[in-house]
Amino acid sequence: MRNFASRHPGWSIVILLVVAALIWSIFAIWPKGLVDVIGRKKVFLNALFNGITLGGLYFLVASGFTLIFGLMRNVNLAHGSLYLLGGYIGYFVASSTGYWLLAFPVAFVLVAAVGILMQIFIFRRMEGQDLRQTLVTIGISIVMADLMLWGFGGDFYNITPPSWLSGPMETLLVTGVKRSSGDLIYLKYPVVRVVIFLASVVIGIAMWLILNRTQIGMMIRAGVDDRDMLSATGARIQLVFVGVFAFGAGLAGIAGVVGGTFQSVAPGEDIRFLLASLVVVIVGGMGSITGAALGALLIGLAEQFGSVYFPTYAVVLTFLIMVLVLAFRPQGLMGRS
Amino acid sequence: MAITESNTLPRTNNGQRKVWFERIPASYWVVGIALLIMPAFASDFTLYQVFGWTFILGMISLSLMFLGGYGGMVSLVQMSIAGLAGYMVAIFGDSAITDISMGWPWYIAIPLALIVAMLFGTIVGSLAVRTEGIYTIMITLAVAAAFFYFARQNYIIFNGFSGFNGVLPPELFGVDWRQSKPFYYLTLFWAAVAYFSVLYVSRAPFGLALQGVRDNPRRMAALGYSVNAHRIAAYAFAALIAGTGGILLTWQSAQISPGTAGIGPAIDILVIAVIGGMRRPAGPFIGAFIYVLLKTFAIDVLLSVGLSGERFQLLIGLGFLAIVFFSPDGLLGLWDRWQEFRKRDPLLDRGEGPL
Repeated sequence: MRNFASRHPGWSIVILLVVAALIWSIFAIWPKGLVDVIGRKKVFLNALFNGITLGGLYFLVASGFTLIFGLMRNVNLAHGSLYLLGGYIGYFVASSTGYWLLAFPVAFVLVAAVGILMQIFIFRRMEGQDLRQTLVTIGISIVMADLMLWGFGGDFYNITPPSWLSGPMETLLVTGVKRSSGDLIYLKYPVVRVVIFLASVVIGIAMWLILNRTQIGMMIRAGVDDRDMLSATGARIQLVFVGVFAFGAGLAGIAGVVGGTFQSVAPGEDIRFLLASLVVVIVGGMGSITGAALGALLIGLAEQFGSVYFPTYAVVLTFLIMVLVLAFRPQGLMGRS
Repeated sequence: MAITESNTLPRTNNGQRKVWFERIPASYWVVGIALLIMPAFASDFTLYQVFGWTFILGMISLSLMFLGGYGGMVSLVQMSIAGLAGYMVAIFGDSAITDISMGWPWYIAIPLALIVAMLFGTIVGSLAVRTEGIYTIMITLAVAAAFFYFARQNYIIFNGFSGFNGVLPPELFGVDWRQSKPFYYLTLFWAAVAYFSVLYVSRAPFGLALQGVRDNPRRMAALGYSVNAHRIAAYAFAALIAGTGGILLTWQSAQISPGTAGIGPAIDILVIAVIGGMRRPAGPFIGAFIYVLLKTFAIDVLLSVGLSGERFQLLIGLGFLAIVFFSPDGLLGLWDRWQEFRKRDPLLDRGEGPL
């Protein structure tokens, strides 16, 4: 952090100013002039929180994607299909047993099992052939998308969270002042979104700790840097590969349940989330977990603010960010060149 | 991936140079004549839907094959370039959406459309060449998605979700080019032009340098070639082919909408190129023929084995998987291996030749 400040004083000041403006706009009661220019504070805060929580969801999907890519150089274009599969599994578990929380471990285990099968029977046979692996994942995603359409139909499924998580929650943030009585109005926000966001933060931190503080994490990081050297030192690299693929796929499955609770599970969501994770890892930097977190936050915010303030081109905005990052920092914000 | 043939002129046994028509391989004569006399016995549906579509998809896929096979860059943006060219013809030329279409004559609208498509291809190319290998796939896929969403959201230029309909080819030489026979010959002509120009470019100095860049960019840079300039020029050339294909595609269905250049079609183009084989320019056309046959007749086949006709995607996906799994060079690769197998001496288990 200090290195960054001393190396890029200009950028540090800009970042500081933006953060200060953001903090002010979150906590202060907006003056009337500002409201006239960009709309009510409630809209702004909702967009901000929706963006952050959506970023949490994107992080869940993209972190598995970036982990698999970083270690195995495998662009898993079937990652979106794994996400969708997790969503369907989550829906059926939650609606048949009635336990929302049960959906998460079941989706994780089942989708991870699919990931293990994919790694053992398909990708292990074509190790080192990046392009061929990518083509195979395209084929798998086409087949899986059609199988799921066949099995589950084209309907929209919504996973309903349990009663203790539904409904809004009072926050301490002021959105405005009542004109009649002068009371402060506090922002209400859905509990489930907050809980899920916190859970994704916890998962992210746990992942960072595992990667940076444990033996397995050390092996994975070594594998990202130099796969051949790692296997030469006697590490059982195939086991590591299978483990990482299973974990990444399982995360996509969990994200599917989360996405089904936030939004809905339907055909076509697989491509949407595949693209989202593509953009997130391109922006954040390939193979970097912190990059995925940063990219997910950026893309989530861009999407939500875009849909509030320039609704027509919200989707294009995220791609614009990607193009800008590519043009000025091709390896991604956190990527190493 | 692609192989360039040796440059020495083929000679007959007694050492004399062959006459030009002897130098053309027999298979070209057979395929060429068969394609030329096809309208004499094929039905209108076959000509227009099966062959017309095959040639168009083959051209768009050929542009991908050129980039992938000779340049080592698999670009998923070719369908978007084709779509953009189609849109430009609709916008500059005539369509049923008279508010947006400018109604300029074809000799302005078509070149302008191709120039815009080429510009777009060049810009995307200069963005994509900053990355290598699989990254290129990801970035071009993201650009293709961005184009799709932009075209769907923009009502001022692209007319949003519904796009343009009533985009018809000009009535040149007094021929209605949307009749099946003229359209067949129109697409055949442009497909042949695209095929032979790719073949020519692949053997021209530019194409050879491009293949050098594919095989070893560092060495080519050390030899004084600009690696990025060659790659970007390849994108521009591929965009021209894809754009031509896109205009024909728009004329074939008389409409263009965001769905034409969506993510599914973009991946289909890659599937076509891979199924046919990315080594030689003939591959994409073979792949396109199989794709069109499947898309047209899969419903009947699926219904006959008791499945509903909607499982077409499953069939395509499984076929694609099988091809990638067993023959990464596509059907042409299978053919090559069979040829090699035939030449092999069954007793010595090695190829013919002085050993």
